[in-house]
Amino acid sequence: MTTTLTPPPVDVSRELYGARLPTWGPRAVITAAVAAAAAAYAVGVNLLQAALLAWVICMVLPLWSAAVEGRRKATDRLVTTLVSSAFVLAMFPLFSILWTVISKGTKVLSAEFFTNSMRNVVGEGGGIYHALVGTLLITGAAAVISIPIGIFAAIYLVEYAEGNRLSRWIRFLVDVMTGIPSIVAGLFAYALFVLFFGEGVRMGIGGSVALSVLMIPILVRSTEEMLKLVPNELREASYALGVPKWRTVSKIVLPTSLAGIVTGVTLSIARVIGETAPLLIIVGTTDSVNFNLFDGRMASLPVFAFASQRNPGIPPEFSIDRAWGAALVLLIIVMLLNLIARLVSYFFSPKGER
Amino acid sequence: MAKSIDVSDLNIFYGDFLAVEDVTIPIAAKSVTAFIGPSGCGKSTFLRSLNRMHEVIRGARVEGKVLIDGQDLYGADMDPVNVRRMIGMVFQRPNPFPTMSIYDNVLAGQKLNSKRMKKTEADDIVERSLRSAGLWAEVKERLDRPGSGLSGGQQQRLCIARAISVEPEILLMDEPCSALDPISTSVIEDLIHELKTQYTIVIVTHNMQQAARVSDETAFFNLSGVGKPGRLIEHGRTEAIFSNPTDPATEAYIQGRFG
Ligand SMILES: Nc1ncnc2c1ncn2[C@@H]1O[C@H](COP(=O)(O)OP(=O)(O)OP(=O)(O)O)[C@@H](O)[C@H]1O
Ligand SMILES: [Mg+2]
Repeated sequence: MTTTLTPPPVDVSRELYGARLPTWGPRAVITAAVAAAAAAYAVGVNLLQAALLAWVICMVLPLWSAAVEGRRKATDRLVTTLVSSAFVLAMFPLFSILWTVISKGTKVLSAEFFTNSMRNVVGEGGGIYHALVGTLLITGAAAVISIPIGIFAAIYLVEYAEGNRLSRWIRFLVDVMTGIPSIVAGLFAYALFVLFFGEGVRMGIGGSVALSVLMIPILVRSTEEMLKLVPNELREASYALGVPKWRTVSKIVLPTSLAGIVTGVTLSIARVIGETAPLLIIVGTTDSVNFNLFDGRMASLPVFAFASQRNPGIPPEFSIDRAWGAALVLLIIVMLLNLIARLVSYFFSPKGER
Repeated sequence: MAKSIDVSDLNIFYGDFLAVEDVTIPIAAKSVTAFIGPSGCGKSTFLRSLNRMHEVIRGARVEGKVLIDGQDLYGADMDPVNVRRMIGMVFQRPNPFPTMSIYDNVLAGQKLNSKRMKKTEADDIVERSLRSAGLWAEVKERLDRPGSGLSGGQQQRLCIARAISVEPEILLMDEPCSALDPISTSVIEDLIHELKTQYTIVIVTHNMQQAARVSDETAFFNLSGVGKPGRLIEHGRTEAIFSNPTDPATEAYIQGRFG
């Protein structure tokens, strides 16, 4: 006598898939929400309330899901909806700023805008050449000062002083410095230069020093993180070949983390290039082109935008338009720097990583 | 050319943790010595103390004496950098330099130390080292590709090629074949046989057959208990250790009855 044991048949499709909303479900709800908001806006509800309406309609999705799919998937949909709304909320100011600056700034952009200074300009015309030169020179000098200091400090912290008491103190101070307000950096630079040149000193290089104070901690931090990412095995492989420490650092560790370091440098430049307060204190502003970092006032894009908006003259429109134009140029520079950072990390990172 | 190693009463520490206790072992020049023993008993630690790689880890130190051809390895006038040029090492995990091509990886020892070479001489070293490591056929078409783009086993053979290209007098190999297939393993074993005529070789392995095949001497390490330091249980001619070990623990380990 033989008995065959047959397991009870399982409906695999039900077990694995369960009940689901149609795939077009989420898209349909979002479309409905946007349409409702647009309709409400068209009949005169204000923008904020229309957006709120759209959001409330989106919340139908988790309820619908709870009815059809059960608790677990409903929770998933609820969290997805909340996270997506937070994302949209976070994007809103960004796009709003971009839109405002671009729409108000583009109309003054012209060849003259980039090649003329404001010397002897009253009313229409003039340009930001002097401010562009100033910003590039001051930020460039700040980069020249901070990059070596920041990178060497990070190398010291990671490669030479790991774990000793001095490094813990330096790290603490760097963290504190990351948080200092930019106006304090400006006052520091001013106080420093007053020691040498007396009250009322105005100098481009002073602005560079102030920006360096802001840049160095960012650089130390980002470089440090990049150096820590280099696996210890690579250092050991190098030591085992009889390579001294400084060569290991300069030929293995730095090249391996180069992409990350350069990205950090670019982002730190982008971070300080729009600083206004410190430059206002130590560099001031002027209407003419000044190529000399060590002599007198220099214009810069952020301070130019601030001053044009603050003392627009009569009639004010032209000056205000120029301020928006300067803001747009600054924004473009920052975006270019971010783009460069991306390209660098794409092209410089070690290839063939699995 | 080849050098002998004489270890006496060596204690190896990680900070306060005594990892390996009281090792005394002579290692003859132009011989192959295999270290066997269970995981965590301190084989890698001991191996790394033979070319002063142990002290690279923070807080790590050793007590005792290691003599290389009669010279004190841990003497005050010994420069660890020179020691490591003389005593090469292959690590347990492959670690090719990701920024370098396969070609440059093989020549890393020379390039990183800025040794000047003619192009033909360099090509020659690369080909010879890669052939010895059994990797030449697989990579000769793509020497300029990054070394980290190879498979795990290929990377390990690349690291072996890198270690032998500087012609060290002593070669320490930490489980060089653990990621390799039988064919590559036998290539490496042939390499060891060949190198033995000129160099002193120490190899850590978990493969008993391999130890029996390649080594002249075998040393068995064991842990006396959890959290206790590893110790050298016994060492001697490989045939003797494998045919009639004096310690019952050695016999149990070799025959696979362990723990
Ligand atoms: N960097 C380290 N810091 C502290 N302790 C360590 C370190 N490396 C190893 N140890 C300890 O030293 C002991 C010996 O480790 P080791 O790596 O030498 O073992 P092993 O015999 O090589 O083992 P395996 O066969 O698994 O490679 C272990 O108890 C381990 O936990
Ligand atoms: Mg090991």
